[in-house]
Amino acid sequence: MAWLRANWFLALAHAGAWLPLGVLLWDVARGALSVNPIQDITFRTGKFALLMLMLSLACTPVNTLTGFRPVLPMRKWFGLYAFLYAALHFLVFSVLDFGLDWGLIQREIVEKRYILAGLAALLILIPLAITSTKGWQRRLGKTWKRLHRFVYLAGVLVILHYIWLVKADVREPALWGGALAILLVLRIPRVRMAVSAWRRRASAAKAGPALGSSTGEAK
Amino acid sequence: MQMIKIRSSEITPEHVYRARRKFMKGIGALAFGSVASAVLTACGGLGQDDLGRFAAMQPETPTEGDAQQPSAGQTADELGDALTSFEAITTYNNFYEFSMNKEAVARLARDFTLSPWTVTVGGLVNNPKTYDIDDLRKRFPQQERIYRLRCVEGWSMVIPWLGFPLGALLREVDPQSGAKYVRFETVMRPQEMPGQRDPYFPWPYVEGLRLDEAMHDLTILSTGLYGKQLLPQNGAPVRLVVPWKYGFKSIKSIVKIDLVAEQPTSLWMASAPHEYGFYANVNPDVPHPRWSQATERRIGELGRRPTLKFNGYEEEVAALYAGMDLRANY
Repeated sequence: MAWLRANWFLALAHAGAWLPLGVLLWDVARGALSVNPIQDITFRTGKFALLMLMLSLACTPVNTLTGFRPVLPMRKWFGLYAFLYAALHFLVFSVLDFGLDWGLIQREIVEKRYILAGLAALLILIPLAITSTKGWQRRLGKTWKRLHRFVYLAGVLVILHYIWLVKADVREPALWGGALAILLVLRIPRVRMAVSAWRRRASAAKAGPALGSSTGEAK
Repeated sequence: MQMIKIRSSEITPEHVYRARRKFMKGIGALAFGSVASAVLTACGGLGQDDLGRFAAMQPETPTEGDAQQPSAGQTADELGDALTSFEAITTYNNFYEFSMNKEAVARLARDFTLSPWTVTVGGLVNNPKTYDIDDLRKRFPQQERIYRLRCVEGWSMVIPWLGFPLGALLREVDPQSGAKYVRFETVMRPQEMPGQRDPYFPWPYVEGLRLDEAMHDLTILSTGLYGKQLLPQNGAPVRLVVPWKYGFKSIKSIVKIDLVAEQPTSLWMASAPHEYGFYANVNPDVPHPRWSQATERRIGELGRRPTLKFNGYEEEVAALYAGMDLRANY
């Protein structure tokens, strides 16, 4: 119980990350998918992979904005969940949908630029998932940080993947793209410093009046 | 580009399907019912009630000539592909006027007002006319047509439509010599069609055909499927069906048909001109700018099957496009 009170955010975040998979399996088991079930599973795993990747990218900005530290360890886990859902998404595409017919798959990849973008994003996520452990972080030193910056490129590729696959209405992928842009902008060192300076000022101002009244300072 | 090969094992040899037809012809109603049951069970999703209802719709002696009868007399199309289940056809619908969610359409369309309904046929014709929907059903003998429907999104169904050739109606209004195209329009009723309140698309839905495409015998106006009147989610009370073109050409809930001199601009052409052309013929060799059209998923089947040129109606319609560059005219 004490552990849960101390780690409620981690517990909630992990449960939340597994929930979509649980619901999906439950829907498969009770036959609640549409008459085009493979497409349903493809769409859902893809959407969850995108969501997890965005959550992973949101951890640092959320900490910058709010100072809430428990999000930081989730950056790695959301990244791994993103890889899990992306890998499922790819397996559904290649095994369930195309029955591992490499001729057909190759043709799809060449003809559909959105598949190329999605595949590139998945290929980026593979080394990032493998080197996500503390051991690899130590071994790679400075290279680790450079390597893991490729996740930003993966984010951009995933948005392109989404924009290129919708029929005509690009509003939803555009919204995700906008969110990604905000998350990336908040990482620019200058912006980040400005934001944390603003946050410190804001929290000082909140604490200010109480202190002010006792010390008599107007600032 | 590499042509996709249809494995020879996937093609029903002609002598086999001819034999199959003969078999169907000769078979009695009882045996026919059990074949239907087997096929429908294989499709999945139909309960015993549905099977009973389906069997009850079998004509006494099903023959090819019985196509005039408004009931599902066959269980497969001419290629031997099984009919898609009634349930799938009526619950998985692309009808953006109601919703972009295919599974939400049936529920949102349930209370759609189907009566009164008129279809106004005009433009460059000598005999403009407004038809009441009941008139239309009575005036033109309803035939059953089993067609494959191939959606541009890469899925397909086999649907037993009821309807009549559009050509019969066009002959009645008598197109003038200047008429080169036919323009169709869906009803505009944002109070009942929530999707039409979304200003993203230039409503109402508009589609068009070249006059010779419209006059082709395969082109029908449909008022029913599976021997019953159309449900709102399928485009009731009257819709177009052009089986060799992608599904979006088959405009639903039509209120207006005009004969015109210039090529009409469809809603999809207006929304995404580089992606949707006027012709939209099913063609595995012409990829959509975003996605391949080489394969499709038949609803009710797992896996994929190769897409056929002109959706398998090449023999009937290829002549319409003789000498045309099908890549440029997508």
